[in-house]
Amino acid sequence: MLRENQRRLKFDWLTIILFLLLVAFGYLNILSASHTGEITNYFDTSELYGKQLVFVGLTFVLIILILSVEAKFYERFASVIYLIALLALVGLFLFGKEINGARSWYAIGSMTLQPSEFAKFATALAVSKYISDLQTNMQTIKDQLRAVAIIMIPAILILLQNDAGSTIVYASFFFVFYREGLQQVYLAIAIITILLAVLGLKFGVLITAVITAIVITSSYFLRKTKRTSIFQYLLVFIVCVGFSYGVKLFYEHGLKEHQQNRISLWLRLEKDPAKLERMKKAEAYNLIQSEQAISSGGFSGKGFLEGTRTTGKFVPEQETDYIFSTVGEEWGFLGSSFVIIVFVLLIIRVLFLAESQKSQFSRVYGYGVASILFVHFTINIGMVMGLIPTVGIPLPFFSYGGSGLWGFTILLFIFIKLDSNKINEW
Amino acid sequence: MRKLLLLMTVVLVGIIFIARLFYLQVYNTSAYNLYEDSAIKKEFNYPKRGYVYDRNGKLLVANQPSYDVMVIPREVVPLDSANLNEFCNLLKITKEDYNRKMDRATNYSPRLPSPFVPQLSKSDYAVLQEKMRKYEGFYIQKRSLRSYQTTIGANVLGDIGEVNRSIISKQPYYKMGDLIGKQGIELSYETTLRGTKGIKFIQKDRFNKNIGPYKDGIYDTLPKPGKDITITIDSELQAYGELLMKHKRGGIVALDPSSGEILAMVTGPSYDPNLLVGRDRSKNFSKLYRDSIANPTFDRGLQAQYPPGSPFKVINALIALQEDVVDTNDRFTCRMGYYYGSRRLTGCHHHKSPVDMNSGIAQSCNAYFVNVYRRIVDKYDDAGKGMNTWAKHARSFGLGNFLNNDLSVGQPGRIPDGDYYDRAYGDNRWGSTYIVSNAIGQGEVEATPIQLANMAAAIGNRGYYFTPHIIKSIEGETIPSQYTTPKYTTIDKEHFEPVIQGMFDVYNKGTAATLKVPGIDICGKTGTAENFVKIDSVKTQLTDHSIFVAFAPKDNPKIAIAVFVENGYWGSRFAGRMASLMIEKYIKGEVTLKHMENWILTHSLENEYAKPYSGEPFKINGETTLQVIDNYAIENQNQSTVKQ
Repeated sequence: MLRENQRRLKFDWLTIILFLLLVAFGYLNILSASHTGEITNYFDTSELYGKQLVFVGLTFVLIILILSVEAKFYERFASVIYLIALLALVGLFLFGKEINGARSWYAIGSMTLQPSEFAKFATALAVSKYISDLQTNMQTIKDQLRAVAIIMIPAILILLQNDAGSTIVYASFFFVFYREGLQQVYLAIAIITILLAVLGLKFGVLITAVITAIVITSSYFLRKTKRTSIFQYLLVFIVCVGFSYGVKLFYEHGLKEHQQNRISLWLRLEKDPAKLERMKKAEAYNLIQSEQAISSGGFSGKGFLEGTRTTGKFVPEQETDYIFSTVGEEWGFLGSSFVIIVFVLLIIRVLFLAESQKSQFSRVYGYGVASILFVHFTINIGMVMGLIPTVGIPLPFFSYGGSGLWGFTILLFIFIKLDSNKINEW
Repeated sequence: MRKLLLLMTVVLVGIIFIARLFYLQVYNTSAYNLYEDSAIKKEFNYPKRGYVYDRNGKLLVANQPSYDVMVIPREVVPLDSANLNEFCNLLKITKEDYNRKMDRATNYSPRLPSPFVPQLSKSDYAVLQEKMRKYEGFYIQKRSLRSYQTTIGANVLGDIGEVNRSIISKQPYYKMGDLIGKQGIELSYETTLRGTKGIKFIQKDRFNKNIGPYKDGIYDTLPKPGKDITITIDSELQAYGELLMKHKRGGIVALDPSSGEILAMVTGPSYDPNLLVGRDRSKNFSKLYRDSIANPTFDRGLQAQYPPGSPFKVINALIALQEDVVDTNDRFTCRMGYYYGSRRLTGCHHHKSPVDMNSGIAQSCNAYFVNVYRRIVDKYDDAGKGMNTWAKHARSFGLGNFLNNDLSVGQPGRIPDGDYYDRAYGDNRWGSTYIVSNAIGQGEVEATPIQLANMAAAIGNRGYYFTPHIIKSIEGETIPSQYTTPKYTTIDKEHFEPVIQGMFDVYNKGTAATLKVPGIDICGKTGTAENFVKIDSVKTQLTDHSIFVAFAPKDNPKIAIAVFVENGYWGSRFAGRMASLMIEKYIKGEVTLKHMENWILTHSLENEYAKPYSGEPFKINGETTLQVIDNYAIENQNQSTVKQ
C-alpha cells in the first residue's frame, strides 16, 4: 500500500501546476473575449464561456481517466490508437461537417468534435512506438522514410480537409527525429531551405542566386579536402537556385489568393497602395486589430473584463486563435510576458523530463509533446503579434474549444503518466 | 548537441516574443488614453455659454444654436457618385471642396473628429438631419454660437472662433471644432463664460455600433453651464463714443474713478461684432485683420502707445510739488519757447508771460514745464538719480507698465528712468537738457489712452486709483480683490488741489475754454502731440495727434476720460470736444451741446489718413483743410435712435 501511495505522488507536480495556470488563465480570457454585457450565470451553456467551463470540468474527468490507466497501455496500444485516429480522419470525408470551409468536424447534436486535435497525440504515440522499436535505426534512409510516413498520413488527410494550419503542426516531429539520430545534414538542409524560400520571395530569385553563388564559391575555396569536385558544388548551386525559383512559382501559382496575401503581408512584398488598402480590410484586418488591441494594453493592461477592444469585439476570432490579444489588452506587458514565460517553462520542463526517461518510448513521446506544444505556441503567438504569416492554429490550453483543450490535455497527461512510471522501467 | 536544439529554440522564441511584446506595449505606445481609444466613442455635450450684460443690465451677448457637420475620416464609407452629389448639395459645397475638406481632416487625424462643414444654418440642418444616417463617419454636433444684441463694442465684447491646433496641443480641454474666445472679454473671461462641457463615453463594437455606456458611465460628466457676467461698460456711452469716433482713428477710454470700472472703451475704426459670427467669421476676420492701415482689430484705446503730450505736464507739476523743487507761486518766463542759452529747446504758443503753476497748466506753457522738469531732474547732483525719482513718481500713476487688468490686450507704455538714458547715452553722459521733451509729454514718454484715463482718475481721486477693469459681477462669484483695493500714488494729497485747480482753469480760461459744459465742473488738459511715420523709409511728420484728458465733476469725480484722435491737430479741436460730449452724455444722460456734437459728426479725418499713402506731397497741421461730410449728423443720429 505504501508503495502504491508513493507511486501516485510521483506525478510531476510542476508540470501539472504550469498546466493548471494556463487552463485557468485561458478560461478567464475566454470569459472576457466572449461575454456580452452583464455576466449573470457562469454556467450558461448558451454562451461560449459557459461551454468552456464545461469543457474545463470534463478535462479533469479526462485527466483522472488517463492517469488511472496503466502506463504500459499507451505503449502497447499506440498503433491501435493511431489507427483509430486515422479512421476518424478518413471518416470526415463521409460524415464530416464543414465549418468555415474546412471539413474537420463531427457533429453530435449541438456539439462538434475535431478529430485532428486528437490525431496529434495519436501520431506522437505511433512515432514513439516506431522509433523505440529495437529494429528501427533513424540513421537509415528506409526507417527515416517510414517514420515520415507515419506523420505524413494524418498530415495529408488533414490537408485534404482544407485545414492547412493543423497540417503544419506535423512538421514539429522534425525535432523528435533530429533528437533520435537524424543526421546533421538534415538540420542544415532544413535551415537552408527556409532561408532560400524567404530570400527568394523577399528579394527575388536573382539576388538569391548571387548570394548562393558567393556562399558556395567561398566554401569551395575554403574547403579542407580536395575530394569533392567542382561539379558537385555546381550541382548544389543549381539545386538551390532551382528550389528558390520553385518556391517563387509555387507562391505565385500554387497558393490560394488569401494564402499568397498573408505571405505578401508578412514579407511586405506588396507595394501597390490601393491593394494594400484593400488587404487592410481583408487579410490584414485581423492582424491590425489584434496588434492594436495588444498595443493598447500598455505595460499593465486595462484590467480583467475592461478591455475596450475586447468588449467591442474588434478582433474577430478573438476567443479562439486570437485569444492572446485579449491577454495583451487586458493584462498588458506583465500578463502577456507571464503567459509566455509559463509556456516556455512548461515546454522546458517537459523536455527535461523527457531527457530523464529511461525508456526510449517515453523519451520520444515526451519530445513529441514538447515539440507539438512549441510549434503551436510559436505559430499562434507569433501570428497574433504579426511576427509570422497568418496560420490558423489554436494556442494550447487557451483557445476556446473542447476538442483542442482535450487533445492537448491528453497529449500532456499521457506523458505525465509515462513519466510517473519511470521508476518501474528497466 | 542534439538535446539542446529544441531547448535553445524554445528559449530563443520566448525571448523574441517578450521583446516583441515590449516593442508593442511599452516602447511603441504612449500611455493609454481613453480619449484616444477608437473603441470608445466620445459624445460631448456643450453647455450654454454665459450671457453678457452691461452695467445697467442690458443684454449685450446671448447665444444661438449652430450645427456643425463633423467627420471621423477612418469611419467614412466612400460614397458613390449619386450619394456624393446629394451630400454635397445638402452641404452646399462642391465635390472639390469635399475632397479638400476630407484630405484636411485625414491629415489632422484619421481617428479623431474634425469639423467638416461648420455652422450650418437652421434650415440646412433640418434638411440634412433626416438623411444623416446614410453617411457613415459623419455626424452633426450641436454647439452654441454668439448672438450679439447690439452692433457696438466689437473690441470690448470680442468674439469666439474655432480652436486651432496649437491651442489644442496646449490645452487638451479643447477638441477640434470647439469654440474659444478669441478677443475681448470672450478671451479674458473664456473659462467663466464657457462652463465645462459634459462627456459621455460609449463602447462601440467593430461595426461602429454603440453597445452601451463604457463602464456603466462612471467617467461620464454632465455639462456645467457657463456663468453670466455683467461688465462695467455703459452701452449707451459706448455707443455714443463710437458714433463720435466715426471717420476718425483713435481711442476713448472712460473710467469711473471711484471704482476703476471702465465705462466706455472706444476704438476707431471699429466694426460690427455680428461680422464675426457664423460661417463667414474667418473670411470677415481675415479681411479686418489684413487691413494693416486702418487696422480695425487693433484696439487703439488699449494698445496704441502714443506720446501723451501736454496732459503729461500735470504729472510733472505734481512731482515737482512733491519733491519740493517748486512752489505754486514760482513764475517762469516764456519767450515763445524755452531757451537754453541762445538755443531754443522747445517752442510754445502765444500767451501772457511769466506764468505761475495755475497759468502754466491752464495755458499749457511749454517753457514753464521745461523749467519745472529740469529742477526735478537736477535736484540731486546726479541726473540719473533725479530721473529715477521722477520715474518712480510717474509710474505710481499706473504709467510705464502693464495695468494688470482683465482685458485681453494691453501695452506697457514707457516711462524712461536714469538707467534708460545711461544705456542710451552712456553712464553720466547726459543731463537734464538732453531730455526736456519728457517735460511736455513728448520724447521718450509713451502711454496708452487707458493709462491716461487712469492717470486722470488718480488725479481726480487726489492720489489713488483702482486698477481699471471691465468685470462688474460674475454670477455667484465675487470679483477679485485686486480690482477693489485702491492703489496709492507717491504724491501727497495736498499737492493735488493746486494742480486740479489748474486743470479746472483749462476749462475756465485756458486752452479748453470753448468746451465748457453748462452745469458740470470739468477739469481737463489738452494735448497736441507731434508724430512721425516712415514713408518709403523717409521719416515724415504728420499732422499732430489731438489729445484730451479730463475728469468731472471737480469734486468726487464720476468720470475720468482720455481721448486720442490721431492726426486731429490741436487738443481741443477733436479730442477736447469729444471728451466734453462724453462727459455730458454720461453725467446728464443727454447731450445739450448740439452744435458741438454736430461739428464732430460732420467733420472727418479720412482724407487726412489717406494722404500719406497717396504718393503725392502733402501738407500738415495748419496748412490743411478739414473734410466736411454733409447731412452726416442727421443721418447718423437717426440711425442711433433707431438702434436704441
